[in-house]
Amino acid sequence: MSAIGVADIDGLIGVEQYEEAGEFPVEQGYIWTTCASVENGNPLFWDEQVAEQVTAGPIAPPTMVSVWFRPHHWSPGRTTQGLPLQIHFDLKEGLGLPEAVMSDNTIVFHEPVRPGDRLVTRQILRSVSDEKTTRLGTGRFWVIDVVYRNQRGDLVAVESYTGFGYRRPEAAGDRESGS
Amino acid sequence: MRAAADRLLAGDVTVGTRLPDLSYPVTATTVVLGALAARDWRPMHHDKDFAVERNGTRDIFLNTPNQAAWFERFVTDWTGPFGRLQRMTFRMLGSIFPGDTMVFRGEVTDTGVDETGCAWAALDIAVSVDGDAKTTCTARVALPLSADDNPWDRRGDRWRP
Repeated sequence: MSAIGVADIDGLIGVEQYEEAGEFPVEQGYIWTTCASVENGNPLFWDEQVAEQVTAGPIAPPTMVSVWFRPHHWSPGRTTQGLPLQIHFDLKEGLGLPEAVMSDNTIVFHEPVRPGDRLVTRQILRSVSDEKTTRLGTGRFWVIDVVYRNQRGDLVAVESYTGFGYRRPEAAGDRESGS
Repeated sequence: MRAAADRLLAGDVTVGTRLPDLSYPVTATTVVLGALAARDWRPMHHDKDFAVERNGTRDIFLNTPNQAAWFERFVTDWTGPFGRLQRMTFRMLGSIFPGDTMVFRGEVTDTGVDETGCAWAALDIAVSVDGDAKTTCTARVALPLSADDNPWDRRGDRWRP
């Protein structure tokens, strides 16, 4: 984990960083808990025969892809914890932008995720803008992709996050107009 | 929710087709269950004092990954199990709290068949409370072209989401 300075940005665009494996295999219990939480009755997730007919066996709801990477709340011996979007925090630190918001999030779904799969993610910095001033403050927009693959190397999903790291205006009088 | 045999086909859908509305009364249980199902242990999704004092919100609020699960349910309630999500983009505009009744509405904005022969529908969806959009979502979902077609059979170069 290292801060990313302005001079480092060009060399990091498109580079896969921070390979991380999920702490546990994809499992049916979480699939049912998630479906229960939103009352999702899709028979793909509840009826083995339908899952066999439609998806050649059980799958996880596609939107659960990030669930398999959230670390346990506690585990023995752990002292530090990786952050799911480490590049985002590297950029904030390296560019001296203490505040940040995520403006939007896109998920593209590829090969289905199945119970027993062990997924791996890598993060890729796609772009960093020049300095811009918005109503929040002055800073930079960036796009980070999180690429998910299964244990066979198949692409299962790509999440893209657009973030804006910024400094708050120091005083109301310094505020510039912006969108 | 459609049964497996009752599949929505691409030919059933045109621009302007509306998805059936989904209305749901949110409770503290909805928020906490959704956060824990998504393995999101952050306190603003289960600890009201923390949410009020540290986040400045009026209560705990639905987390983003669980909202994604709600949007998925909303889309596949309409398509049935043969509908296969290709992509979703979310924009968060406001929070959803216990006591709110959230209402999902969606409409088909475009349809097509890609170069591999996969049919799809593009959707604009929003979840609102008292008429205010809290999260908007654009999505694209693959649909069978016929009763013999199954988007889930597509792999590799035949799946271009």
